[in-house]
Amino acid sequence: MFPTPIEKTAPWTRISYKIALPLSIILWLLPLAAILMTSVRSMGDINAGNYWGLPTEWNIVENYTSVFANTAMGRYLLNSVLVTLPVMVGSVFLATLAGFALAKYKFRGNLAMFALFIGGNFVPFQILMIPVRDLTIQLGLYDSVWALIIFHTAFQTGFCTLFMRNFIVGIPDELIESCRLEGASDWKIFYSIVLPLVRPALAALAVLIFTFVWNDYFWALVLVQSDEVRPVTAGISALRGQWLASWNLISAGSVVAALPPVILFFAMQRHFIAGLTLGATKG
Amino acid sequence: MQKNYTQTWSQRAVPWLFMAPALALFLVYVILPIIQSISMSFYQWDGIGDKVFIGFQNYVDLYYDPQFWTSLWNNILWLLFFMLAVPFGLGIALFLNQQVLGIRAVKSLFFFPFVISQVIVGIVFAWFYDPGYGLLQDILALFGAGPLPVLADEALVTYGIIAAGLWPQVAYTMILFLTGLNNLSPEQIEAARMDGAKGWTMLWHVILPQLRPATFIAIVVTIIGALRSFDLVASMTSGGPYGSSSVLAYFMYEQAIFNYRMGYGAAIATVLFLIMLVYIAFFLWRMLQQER
Repeated sequence: MFPTPIEKTAPWTRISYKIALPLSIILWLLPLAAILMTSVRSMGDINAGNYWGLPTEWNIVENYTSVFANTAMGRYLLNSVLVTLPVMVGSVFLATLAGFALAKYKFRGNLAMFALFIGGNFVPFQILMIPVRDLTIQLGLYDSVWALIIFHTAFQTGFCTLFMRNFIVGIPDELIESCRLEGASDWKIFYSIVLPLVRPALAALAVLIFTFVWNDYFWALVLVQSDEVRPVTAGISALRGQWLASWNLISAGSVVAALPPVILFFAMQRHFIAGLTLGATKG
Repeated sequence: MQKNYTQTWSQRAVPWLFMAPALALFLVYVILPIIQSISMSFYQWDGIGDKVFIGFQNYVDLYYDPQFWTSLWNNILWLLFFMLAVPFGLGIALFLNQQVLGIRAVKSLFFFPFVISQVIVGIVFAWFYDPGYGLLQDILALFGAGPLPVLADEALVTYGIIAAGLWPQVAYTMILFLTGLNNLSPEQIEAARMDGAKGWTMLWHVILPQLRPATFIAIVVTIIGALRSFDLVASMTSGGPYGSSSVLAYFMYEQAIFNYRMGYGAAIATVLFLIMLVYIAFFLWRMLQQER
C-alpha cells in the first residue's frame, strides 16, 4: 500500500485525516450542493441573496412541477431516452461482431482496421460536422431522433470495438479451436461461445455508452432543432435562455437533466469504473 | 503463412463479414466525412448554393483573422492548464487510497462529477461565477475583495471555463490513478521501505514508474478533452465576451452554423484535426507497438 496505511501512522495524522476527509468532500461537492439547495428555493430567497441559509419556504414541489408543467422538459427526457437506448444496443452489438473478428482471426489488415477504429474514435467532432449534417439532410433524417441514433451508433462503435476486441482477446483460443474441430460454424462459435462469455463486458460498455450519449451536446445542436426531438442537454440550455435569472428553476431543471446518468452510475458503479479504467493497469 | 494459400475465399471472407456492419457505418459516418471536410476546406460554400473552388484562400483568410489566433491561443491555454488534471488527480487519488470506514462512498462522491453532462457543469459554474448571485463573490467578499465578473472579463474568462472543465476531468484522472494504485506490487514497496525509502523519494522512484500506464492514459484523455472543449464554451459564454473565450471547436461551429461559411468552417476543423492528429498518431504508434 502506498501511501502508508493511515492505521500505521501517528495518532495526530490519523485524527487530521479523519477530519480532512469529510471536509474535502464538502469542498469538492460545494457547487453541486449549491445547485441542489437553490433548486428548492423561492424566487424571493434568490432575490434577497439567501443562498446558504435555510430556505424561507421549501419550494421543492413548486419548482420541480413548474419545470415539467411549464416547459418541454418531459419531452426532452423522453427524447434522450429514445436516442440513448437504441445506440446502446446497436453499437455494442455491432462492436461485439467486429471485436470478435479483430480478436480471433488472423488476416491481412487486421491491425490496420483496429487502428482505424481507435483513431476514428479520437477525432474532433468538428471535422465530421458538415458532411454528417449534409448526409443527414439528404437522407431526410434531419431533426429526427434517427439522425442522432444513427450517428451516435456509428461513432460509438469505434470505442466499443476497441473495448470488445481487447476483452475477446482474453477468451482462450483453445476453446474456439475445439469447437471448430467439432465442426461448428463461425457464426455458431460466435453465438454460443463468445456471446455468453462477453456478458460481463456488455454491462460495463452499456453504462459507459449510456453516459456518453446522454451527455452529448454538440450533435444535439447540429442534427436536431425542434423541441419534439431535442435531447435534454440541448433542451436545458435552450430553457436557460428563457429563464434568465430564475436560478431556482434553472437549478431544478439541471438536477432533473443530470439525474439519469448519476443514478445509473451509482447503481452500476463497479461496471462503470471497470470499463473506464480498462487500460489504466496494463499497457 | 503457408496455411493462407489453402484457405478458401469463403474462409477468408469470414472476419470481414463479421466486421462489415460496424465497418460500413464507421466508414460512412466517421472516416469518409474527415476526407470530405478536408476537401471542402478548399471551397467557398454557403451550405446551399454552388461550391466554388478557391484553393488555399480559406487558410489565407484564417491567417489574417484575429479570431482564429484568439481561438488557437485559447486552445493552447486549454492544453497547458487542463494538464493540471493529471497532478491534481494523482494527489486526490493518493489522498483517498486508504482503507478507512466509508472510503468507497467517498471515492464515488469524488468521481461522480464526471458523469454529469458538461452543459450542466457549465450551468453550475456560471452560477458560481455570477456577479450578482454567485458563490465566488461571497467568498471574495470574505476577503474584502470586490465582485469579480469572471465570465464577463476578457482576460479571465478562458481560465474560468478551464477551471470548470478541470472539475470533472480531475475526477476522471483520479479514478485512473486509484485503479493504478490498486495494482501496485506490494513486494516492491516493501523492499523499498526496507531500504528506507519514504514520502517523496518513494513516490518518485518506486510508485510513479509503476503508475506509468495510468499516467499515460490520464495524459491522453486530458489532451483529447482539452482539444475537444466545446460544450463548456458553448454553454457558459458562447465564445464571448467579444469572442475572447472561443476555441477552435466553437469558432468552427459558429462560422459554419451561424455565418453559413462551410468552407471556412471546414478549414478551421482541418487545422484542429491536424493538431489532434499528432496525438492520435503518437497514441496509435504506442498502442500498435504493444500489440507486436
